[in-house]
Amino acid sequence: MKVTLKVWRQKDQKAPGGFQIYQSPELNPNMSFLEMLDVVNEDLAGRGEDPIAFDHDCREGICGTCSLVIDGKPHGPHQGVATCQTYMRSFRNGVEIVIEPFRARPFPIIKDLVCDRKSFDRIQQAGGFISVRTGSTPDANSILIPKENSDLAMDAAQCIGCGACVAACKNASAMLFVSAKVSHFGLLPQGQPERHRRVTAMVQQMDEEGFGACTVTGSCEAVCPKSISLDFIARMNRDFAVALLKGGPKKPSSGGAG
Amino acid sequence: MNLLRQLWRSSLGKKYAMALTGVALFGFVVGHLLGNLQVFGAPELINSYAHFLKSKPGLLWGARLGLLSCVALHIVAAVQLTLLNRSARPIGYAGGSAYGSAWKSRYMALSGSVILAFVIYHLLHFTAMQPGINGVGDFNKLKTTLAGEPVADVYAMMILGFQVPWVSLVYLIAQTLLFLHLSHGLSSLFQSLGFRNHVWWPRITAASQIVSVVVFIGYASIPVAVLAGLGRDHAQKAKAALSSQPLESPESSIAGVAKEALK
Ligand code: HEM
Ligand code: FES
Repeated sequence: MKVTLKVWRQKDQKAPGGFQIYQSPELNPNMSFLEMLDVVNEDLAGRGEDPIAFDHDCREGICGTCSLVIDGKPHGPHQGVATCQTYMRSFRNGVEIVIEPFRARPFPIIKDLVCDRKSFDRIQQAGGFISVRTGSTPDANSILIPKENSDLAMDAAQCIGCGACVAACKNASAMLFVSAKVSHFGLLPQGQPERHRRVTAMVQQMDEEGFGACTVTGSCEAVCPKSISLDFIARMNRDFAVALLKGGPKKPSSGGAG
Repeated sequence: MNLLRQLWRSSLGKKYAMALTGVALFGFVVGHLLGNLQVFGAPELINSYAHFLKSKPGLLWGARLGLLSCVALHIVAAVQLTLLNRSARPIGYAGGSAYGSAWKSRYMALSGSVILAFVIYHLLHFTAMQPGINGVGDFNKLKTTLAGEPVADVYAMMILGFQVPWVSLVYLIAQTLLFLHLSHGLSSLFQSLGFRNHVWWPRITAASQIVSVVVFIGYASIPVAVLAGLGRDHAQKAKAALSSQPLESPESSIAGVAKEALK
């Protein structure tokens, strides 16, 4: 099969970008979308042209590095998979495919289809962790966790931080990502001591990065390669309100022990 | 104070403000509808209700100021969040955007702005009773008596007002946009305030949908009923008062008009 690509090309962050049209060489329908780009790039390099820059790493849907908005949908035509797990057999022979980078002010473009998602790292660094070592894998049932909570925590922990939620949202809101990270720890006993500090710090960092606000459109949930639910955003909204009402942690009193 | 500032500074806090003011405005929308539906009773029913409201200026102005501050807060938060949202994506997509979004959610700013424009028109129309914009005449002249006391004939004002087809059309358009605004907003506010899980969300969206439809039917029924003939006789009598200058009894003014015509 062959396809026509309409690809966003941009030299660097400052340069203005634009679309370029490329004809693919002959493709195997069982290639992944990224392998198709590899083949196109080899072809471009052979002709002395600058290959198309795109992000990728694991190519098995677990690292969250691949991106791309394909025909208006982050991660391509399917539900619940990343671009790296999208295959050319999902496209008709001879079609034109529009490929754009994730677009948001907090995701500036580095080159072509590669954008800088360090704003997500900064949100994580603001509170998406547990400060004390929780030790290695504990014996089963030594810490009791209700089944529903552990299930929900695992649903949230599925987030691979790819940023598709931001890319899809008409407001470029990062709430699905932040709420997944907040809920993942907020649902587990190890996450409780820092629960309020975590949600306030992460939400504050999210706002500082310039992401938009949620208007409950549902786009993020629809494109999430891990099908993370909007329910987590409600959970974060609730946690944030409780955290503000309760205030910060009390200063330890100056009196000595005993 | 510190807490309020912290809330207002955060996008989540502004969404709480939108949701809470949205609840208050929705409460008004329902109360106002129940008041208005009295137009389906005898003229005395809604006239005495209107007279009762007017006779409690403290209550009336308290409610008005409360509502006004809710509207102001709702709009300021809406404008700030909308600007934030626009600035968060300076360059849009060529291949289509907002994949998978609920379509009503994309028109909240538009439906809200139309509602605001309508509210201003509505206040000038029926509250300030500006004669130039109603296509009928000076509503201030519509008087009736209630237990011997002269009071405003609100019933006649509503009937005469909605007998003008373009006025009814304006109201119906605004009511449709209010329906769109509510059918997204009512469920959305539960998300903003954090009251949602996978069990309750389908129930919340279904209930919001039903409530918005009921509110729409309730409001739209009034102009539609008037255009279909509700209160025509009463309006005929009241209309005479509008053309008379100064205020006379309806009979004599009809006689006056007839004499003019015969000359
Ligand atoms: C009768 C009047 C109104 C009612 C009952 C009402 C109700 C609501 C409700 C319940 C929400 C959802 C809040 C949330 O998602 O947390 C909302 C959102 C919103 N309203 Fe209104 N509103 C009214 C008037 C207005 C006006 C006059 C404007 C505008 C200028 C406006 C603009 C908006 C916007 C932009 C949103 C945000 C949409 C979103 O975040 O999804 N509204 N409104
Ligand atoms: S490349 Fe790792 S998720 Fe796609």
